Amino acid sequence: MQIDYYIYLSVALFCIGIVGVLTRRNAIIIFMCIELMLNAVNLLLVAFSKMHHLKNAAVNASAGSDGQLFVFFIMVVAAAEVSVGLAIIVMMYRNIHSVDINFLNRLKH
Amino acid sequence: MKNVLELSYLIPLFPLIGFLVIGLGRKYLSKSLTGIIGSGVILFSFLLSVWIFFQVKEGNSGVVEYFNFISAGSLKIPFSFQIDALSSLFLLIITGVGFLIHVYSASYMHHESKEHFARYFSYLNLFVFSMLLLVMGGNFVILFIGWEGVGLCSYLLIGYWFKNSEYNYAARKAFVMNRIGDLAFLIAIFMIIAKVGSVSFGDVFSTEGLEKLAPSATIITLLLFVGATGKSAQIPLYTWLPDAMAGPTPVSALIHAATMVTAGIYMIARSNLLYSLSEVTQNIVAYIGLGTALLAATIALKQNDIKKVLAYSTVSQLGYMFLALGVGAYTAAVFHVMTHAFFKALLFLGSGSVIHAMSGEQDIRNMGGLSKKLKITFFTFLIGCLAITGIPPFSGFFSKDAILLAAFEHDERGKILILYSISLFTALLTTYYMFRLLFITFTGKFRGTKEQEHHLHESPALMTVPLIVLAVLAAIGGFVGIPEVFIKGGDKLTPFLSSVIATNHHPVSRSTEFFLMGLSGCLVVATIIFTWFRFKNYQPKEQKGFGKVLENKWYVDELYDKIIAKPLSKLAAFLNNFFERFIIDGIVNGVGRAVNYSSRQLRLLQSGQVGSYVLLMVLSILLLLLYQFFIKK
Repeated sequence: MQIDYYIYLSVALFCIGIVGVLTRRNAIIIFMCIELMLNAVNLLLVAFSKMHHLKNAAVNASAGSDGQLFVFFIMVVAAAEVSVGLAIIVMMYRNIHSVDINFLNRLKH
Repeated sequence: MKNVLELSYLIPLFPLIGFLVIGLGRKYLSKSLTGIIGSGVILFSFLLSVWIFFQVKEGNSGVVEYFNFISAGSLKIPFSFQIDALSSLFLLIITGVGFLIHVYSASYMHHESKEHFARYFSYLNLFVFSMLLLVMGGNFVILFIGWEGVGLCSYLLIGYWFKNSEYNYAARKAFVMNRIGDLAFLIAIFMIIAKVGSVSFGDVFSTEGLEKLAPSATIITLLLFVGATGKSAQIPLYTWLPDAMAGPTPVSALIHAATMVTAGIYMIARSNLLYSLSEVTQNIVAYIGLGTALLAATIALKQNDIKKVLAYSTVSQLGYMFLALGVGAYTAAVFHVMTHAFFKALLFLGSGSVIHAMSGEQDIRNMGGLSKKLKITFFTFLIGCLAITGIPPFSGFFSKDAILLAAFEHDERGKILILYSISLFTALLTTYYMFRLLFITFTGKFRGTKEQEHHLHESPALMTVPLIVLAVLAAIGGFVGIPEVFIKGGDKLTPFLSSVIATNHHPVSRSTEFFLMGLSGCLVVATIIFTWFRFKNYQPKEQKGFGKVLENKWYVDELYDKIIAKPLSKLAAFLNNFFERFIIDGIVNGVGRAVNYSSRQLRLLQSGQVGSYVLLMVLSILLLLLYQFFIKK
């Protein structure tokens, strides 16, 4: 399959993520949108990795595998980030009974 | 064999030790101990100077290097002393006259409190140290250190009675005037370094050094001369010297008559080979000297302060010396420095004795008839007057005659007798004002108060003995330079100095020389008689017309005040009120205000709204991407 389609798809996912982050006020939804952006990048990494592998397999059997390795790293880091982020959101809900980020402007103090 | 001249470092070392001991121990030393230490160290220096003088006379002269003083790149300035005929002669004058004045001071300043007495002596010793450094220095830098040192001591001693603000102004004036000259001197030293790459007299005045300096000799010598006009009180920087009389009288005698003010003459005599390269400078030196001699002499005619008369007389005599330097008679100038040191120190110390007897009174209008009570002072003062006016065989006759003769020789080449006639006229003015001073002070009736008359007394021996010694010197000091027309080989000074000073003598005929001497002698005697009839029954009266102009010193001080001091202080006030307040303060406060304002604006960005942060972040990333893809090549 052509690489272009993967790029279109991941750009679309990324843009959806950005628009979501910018427009929504619910912290959990913003969180989900961030995940969406991360995974759009993951998709791209995997696609490029496959492309490289197909092109250079004759010279180097492991060509393009580093891209896939990065994807795993990103997944692990994202999982850790989610656990911390969700914990923060839970604490926030306990304190102010809301997950609306506009209530978070006290952070500036 | 080790050179015995290396011991010459002891000469300035003794006064330095004296300065330190007296200066640091001023709270503990008794007055008599201070006087003994202060005079004793100078006596040691004097004895060493005599020894050095005889070493030099036997032909043992040279440069002694002690250590490397400054070393920068290819420029090396050693700390070295030049021991030769010129410096050894000055050493004798400085330490000899200096010692007598120290002894005199011990008595003259005795009414001061212990601490101030010690302060006075420590300054005096520091002065002698600096002056010795000045004349012994083997290069221009060491000379300059001494040069600045004597300027500092002069400032400190003029302002010795620092509670009187007028004296402080006088001290400040002397310092600032000197500073103007020093700047020119410093620039000249830099130029010499640039051209020759060395400041040692040996290098600068060698044939190669002079060759390198020849193209810019005029400008360098002129700058050196400006330095000399500051230190030696010549037009236009002479006005500080009469004001310097604010200091104690022995200080005036030592610093402002006998030694420090001759530093400029020493420096030019030292650089005589360089000055010979530039005829323009020599003419300027001669005419400035002549102008100063005449101007100061006219002012001295009408002064009523005993010390002011002597101060203007000093300025005038210094003018004579510069005239001699300008016409190339360096030996005559040095000779006159020597005789002048004797008779001017004598006259100043004599005036100090008079002031002492009059309980601080300096105005000659309130004196008169003092010869009856102050016999020793009167006779020594008379000898001083005879010496300065040039009555044979007193010392001034020989040195002044040498200068007049040199001026005549110089004139003869140009066929106009302008230098000679004006300097002869000035000599007559000198006679007039000196004998006016003598007659008004010592003859006639006493014009002071009853109380002063009651207090009149001859000064103690500590003061009269130096007077007598100086009087003897002033009487016989001229015999080292008897003109050749009287005694063959009578002039011992010229051969002695010939190693340092190149002579370019154009002898006039014997009959001319005799005629000139006779002419000046007769005129001087005639002037004395004229003065006697004028002032034997002196009554003070108000000056009018031209006399008033002279009494007010040609209004030169007022003129300087109007054209230099006032505009400068106006400018300073303008800079303070406008430039400082609006521009400098504006910049400083403006920076603060700008930072305050911009940070207040920037603070609005930190709203706490997570949404706006994210939006900004995304926009920035977009901008970066745009830059990356479309703008960056």
